[in-house]
Amino acid sequence: MQHLQEFQNTTRAWLEQNCPASMRTPMVPDEIVWGGRNATFKNPDSRLWLDRMAAQGWTCPTWPQEYGGGGLSTEQAIILGQELARINARPALTSFGISMLGPVLLEYATPAQKMEHIPKIVRGEIRWCQGYSEPGSGSDLASLATRAELIGDNYVINGSKVWTSYADQADWIFCLARTDFDVPKHAGISFILFDMASAGVSTKPIALISGSSPFCETFFDDVKVPKQNLVGRLNEGWSIAKRLLQHERTMISSFGLASGQSDRGGTTSVVSSLEGAAMHYRGDTVKLSDPVLRDQIAQFKIDSESFAYTSQRSVEESQQGQGPNATSSMLKNYGCELNKRRYELMLQSLGSQALGWEGAGFSAEELQITREWLRSKANSIEGGTAEVQLNVIAKRVLGLPDMLAVGKKQTGI
Amino acid sequence: MSLVLSEDQQLLQDSAKSFCLENAPVSQLRKLRDSKDATGFDRPLWQHMVQLGWAGMTVPEAYGGFEFGYGGLGVLLKETGRNLVSSPLVATVLLGATAINLLGNEAQKQALLPKIVSGDLLLALALDEHPIHAPTKISTSAVRSGSNYLLNGSKTFVVDGHVADQLIVVARTAAAGDSPAGISLLLVDAKAAGVHITRTRMVDSRNAANVEFKDVKVPADALLGAVDCAFPAFDKVLDIARIGLAAEMLGSMQAAFDRTLDYLKQREQFGVLIGSFQGLQHRAAAMYSELELCKSLVRAALRALDDPEATNKHIAQLASAVKAKVSDVFTLVSNEAIQMHGGIGMTDEFDIGFYIKRARVAQQFLGDAVFHRDRYATLQGF
Repeated sequence: MQHLQEFQNTTRAWLEQNCPASMRTPMVPDEIVWGGRNATFKNPDSRLWLDRMAAQGWTCPTWPQEYGGGGLSTEQAIILGQELARINARPALTSFGISMLGPVLLEYATPAQKMEHIPKIVRGEIRWCQGYSEPGSGSDLASLATRAELIGDNYVINGSKVWTSYADQADWIFCLARTDFDVPKHAGISFILFDMASAGVSTKPIALISGSSPFCETFFDDVKVPKQNLVGRLNEGWSIAKRLLQHERTMISSFGLASGQSDRGGTTSVVSSLEGAAMHYRGDTVKLSDPVLRDQIAQFKIDSESFAYTSQRSVEESQQGQGPNATSSMLKNYGCELNKRRYELMLQSLGSQALGWEGAGFSAEELQITREWLRSKANSIEGGTAEVQLNVIAKRVLGLPDMLAVGKKQTGI
Repeated sequence: MSLVLSEDQQLLQDSAKSFCLENAPVSQLRKLRDSKDATGFDRPLWQHMVQLGWAGMTVPEAYGGFEFGYGGLGVLLKETGRNLVSSPLVATVLLGATAINLLGNEAQKQALLPKIVSGDLLLALALDEHPIHAPTKISTSAVRSGSNYLLNGSKTFVVDGHVADQLIVVARTAAAGDSPAGISLLLVDAKAAGVHITRTRMVDSRNAANVEFKDVKVPADALLGAVDCAFPAFDKVLDIARIGLAAEMLGSMQAAFDRTLDYLKQREQFGVLIGSFQGLQHRAAAMYSELELCKSLVRAALRALDDPEATNKHIAQLASAVKAKVSDVFTLVSNEAIQMHGGIGMTDEFDIGFYIKRARVAQQFLGDAVFHRDRYATLQGF
């Protein structure tokens, strides 16, 4: 206890000294720091904040110090999180390297691979993208057909991926490829890392209903990848892939957590909370005049609160056990549904002011809500659809019989 | 404080679970119902619980209790809820002892709390006057006359009303209408002249009664808490009871879910286990998720009750949140339990029906989901 108190004191003092004032204001979308070779910093304080945090290893607080991480215990990391939240500090670095790839590299990669990749993730020097889904392989991810053939000292990769988030801005990709076509689909997949600047890699952004293009189609045409870039053993990539998905689900479930808090774009904003927005757009001062909406918002807030406690309990339970487990599917699914509900309620709260697309007549914030509402629809599709998460819960948590196995037995497939 | 059970609470849970399994299965409630038992609970079983210290779980040591906190009582309620155990744990311990402890003066505490701990006193709260919970909509009147109050009015949904030795009566001593001002609490001897108690048989086979007061003379020193302005402190008693009740409901719905899940793994149709059907799997997974949320919220609310720094407002918000949430999820789980059991779920012979019956009564008691969402919104300022 004594040393934790001390850690809290020194952390608080360090943050006071090192967190620039502009980094203590609510994050705005175009100032999110993703890092990478071509990183741009619209606000110069963002770079300062990243460099200072990375030097401490606090962009990845619990990762081992030998690879540049903070080396903190879970208890210390929680305190760091609390202290950052206390001063409303922005995340110094947001990346798939931190939330998805890093944890599985620490678990499965060789020391040389860790030494090569982890420090660059910590410092935000390399921006990663995820090569998972393919045009023909969505929920049935393991049916993927991108092929990697070992020719000499290289894997030669051919195929295409889809829904690759920010592929057009990423430096490296962690990619699932089929290395054996003659075995059951799960048994012939390998987990391979390569540079997006390699010859034969091309990307094409996909315009979404929200008007933005965070995802790409990604094509591989005879891409040569040194064979030492294979993570884990050949044809055993599926277990790494699944493990990474658990981390991805944990990350996505945090969308739901964020939706439980009322902050979005400053405390003075009329849309900083659902109930505040609903009252503002109706001209209510004391009590929300629409009783049905009032009941729905209360229900949403209660569910958000329950969800936040559940995430907290899950952290406490995993401290006693291991990392994310099958309950990550539950958190992912519920968190996404909450976020979608939040935006539907936001639309109800703002009325026609939430339905602007661009131009005059709408505030920037109102226009942002329209786009975010549309974007939220992807929450229950990406990282495994809601239906896939429910399958995982049914099978892995509740122990219900696998209907696919039953179906195959019956139809003799 | 953590959202995971402490080691002591875990031990208590294990022993309570095996105690209920051995001594109070659902078949016991069935027996009480079928024999139209006059008491409505099993007295030897209650004595056994008393010997285990359950009646003194939250009572301060100074009054003979064990000060194990509401976290401890919550564990017991969850385990009795699992088996739908009918006992005075809710009316006498959760509501009664809490009311005496929070509102009573020193003399009342000394006189009553040790008797609760030793199992020699049963209490019942006479609050509701309407079919819909409205704790300030009180027209039962207590008019001062010399050294007595003259009590007139009628109460409904008085849990354990027909077996209680004393009734905690919520009455109006001033003002009128729905105002929280002017509300006082009185301890009334159940055998006093003018008290008429009619046992009601409710769908859950637990105990309730209607009570009428006709010119009942209550000595002025039987006032529990401040005259005319007992409501704020009493509201906290209600909040504590709502949280405890939510813990009991959590145990019940967990059991209903477990039984249903077992059934999905046993029942075969079309040559396969029905649990292999995605149409049922996804609904089971959705219930599981909601149950996990309820578990966390119940733990958080119980934790707040044992946290000396938690404000009354914070506790009130948690109480309304948890009662609303748990009520909704119990509706879902109990309805699905019947549906997924199919025809057999509709038979009286099968125990699952007891759970849906208990669900609806517990949901109404101390405010349903709509009542509590309205209160939650008001507390949050919208």
